[in-house]
Amino acid sequence: MINSVGREIPDEVLQELTDSYGRKVEGFNGAYYRHNKTYKKAAPTVRGVVDPSEDKLLPSIKAALEKCEIKDGMTISFHHHFREGDYVVNMVMEEIHKMGIKNLTICASSLGKAHDPIVPMIEDGTITGIQSSGVRGKIGEAISNGKLKTTAIMRSHGGRVRAIEEGDVHIDIAFIGAPTCDSYGNMRAVGGKSDCGVLSYAMVDAQYADKVVAITDTLVPFPNQPASISQVDVDYVVVVDEIGNAAKIATGAAKPTKDLRNLMMANYCTQFVINTPYFKDGFSYQTGVGGPSIASTLYLGEIMRERGIKMGLGLGGIAGPMADLLKEGLIEKLVDTQDFDLTAIESVRNNPNHFEISGSEYANPMNKGAYVNRLDFVILAALEVDTHFNVNVVVGSDGVITGAQGGHPDTAAGAKCTIIISPLIRGRIPCVCSDVTTVTTPGETVDVVITDYGIAINPKRKDLIECMKDVKLPFCTIEELRDQAYAIVGEPEKVQFGDRVVGAIESRDGTIIDVVRQVKEYEFAD
Amino acid sequence: MEIKKAAVAGTLESSDCQVTVEPGSKGVELSIESSVINQFGNQIKKTIIETLDRLEVKDAKVTVVDKGALDCTLKARVEGAVYRSNDIVSDIPWGGAVR
Repeated sequence: MINSVGREIPDEVLQELTDSYGRKVEGFNGAYYRHNKTYKKAAPTVRGVVDPSEDKLLPSIKAALEKCEIKDGMTISFHHHFREGDYVVNMVMEEIHKMGIKNLTICASSLGKAHDPIVPMIEDGTITGIQSSGVRGKIGEAISNGKLKTTAIMRSHGGRVRAIEEGDVHIDIAFIGAPTCDSYGNMRAVGGKSDCGVLSYAMVDAQYADKVVAITDTLVPFPNQPASISQVDVDYVVVVDEIGNAAKIATGAAKPTKDLRNLMMANYCTQFVINTPYFKDGFSYQTGVGGPSIASTLYLGEIMRERGIKMGLGLGGIAGPMADLLKEGLIEKLVDTQDFDLTAIESVRNNPNHFEISGSEYANPMNKGAYVNRLDFVILAALEVDTHFNVNVVVGSDGVITGAQGGHPDTAAGAKCTIIISPLIRGRIPCVCSDVTTVTTPGETVDVVITDYGIAINPKRKDLIECMKDVKLPFCTIEELRDQAYAIVGEPEKVQFGDRVVGAIESRDGTIIDVVRQVKEYEFAD
Repeated sequence: MEIKKAAVAGTLESSDCQVTVEPGSKGVELSIESSVINQFGNQIKKTIIETLDRLEVKDAKVTVVDKGALDCTLKARVEGAVYRSNDIVSDIPWGGAVR
């Protein structure tokens, strides 16, 4: 079938997913298609811990795997709060591999380069399913080269929570790395050797997995309160030497960019933001950690200070500049699902107006209202944007899976004003093009594209076009941006894919917005 | 022009390309490696061949390692390598064979 963003979703793929999920899976049909629709939540099978003499503390990961009765074909889960410093996935997978377990599905909130060592386990059939926000590094290459037996499923952060709560995926065992934990399973993200600030994305795993194993390197006295994940959801606790590399979990304070191109785009962005009607006392805002995003937060701070305008809500993955604005009193409350640097981690630990929330509260489209629905602005990046305003953040322009959806489609769908900042070209790659390689965020949810060569407003946002009519910014059409890009680098060829579908890009509501096909070796025309 | 000896122009920095020419006897043997081959492979090949034709290079082994260079850079690196193989470093025919 052809879905509402014009992408062909093969019937076999819809059928494979329908069989796997136990519900009819459809092609994408608009960002708000499932509004008001009802569903029944899934539930875990819980082992009652009645006997007070039971000791949850186990001597090793192997012992936990045995207690959880791991077997072929199970689905296991992980979170990605330790980012590129994560040791948990590899540690657990190594033990599982030694036990000779096969046909596992990994349902992770994200996977990165830190997990390159699991690629041989994809090749030998230990891992046959991957469901993640995205994959980087060698796992992405392995999937794109057709090494994974089943279709990989890419979900946004909100979409993953929805999929678990709706029962599309049932987690048999969740392995949750915890910076601190007590012997009865109360986990906190702050303190310890591998402080990651929050455990937001692991909360749904704790609540919906049959078995939950806490893995920590810092056992603390009972009770470890206030807990991010409670003892009532935890079966076992394992203490290991190290769950992560602190230096890679949180980088130091993000240095403001000196790149003039980034600064110019950041300045355009701030000028745009302050000329919208949403920029008023109490506004809400989310931004990423890229150079232009950080710089636009700094510029925005200056204007807020000048005009005495305060941000009511700062949402999302938090980096230093947002934490600094909170400290200064220019932000009323920060509501946080991920911390990108030490300043943010320190802030969530110490500032009473900096709150940890669950992935569901953040972005799940099928709960009764997520925080993203309350955003005025979100500032996002992109690998590619096309003339339909569709954005790609997962598949590189060469066709290889190389990124993650993260909260991109969730915040874009929620925010009143969704701004994409991207350079017009990266090397010879045009970032504004006729058709993105893969659609991850639908154009109907994208309002503005800011590049170093000009700014295009989505024509359906007549209100925004109207309020920018006297603003001195280099406005143009999205087609003009594309034409400028092609004039510099040439018009790119379509990537030559093979026939096999290796990945499905799932929209946050569980419909399929695009598929990723196997890459093949390039062939010259003659 | 004849390729008299092996010569190199360009670097492996991003947005550049490194072109190596070596003497050959069986026409132009071209090998292209590029970080943007999937999007621009044919365009790169066309630019390289057109430039070699313009310089009247008939027999050569040409190796291009491209890191996303624009066409103007590709041309300049091919020209650079071919002229270096002839030890021509001054009186370059700007606007003639080299453009």
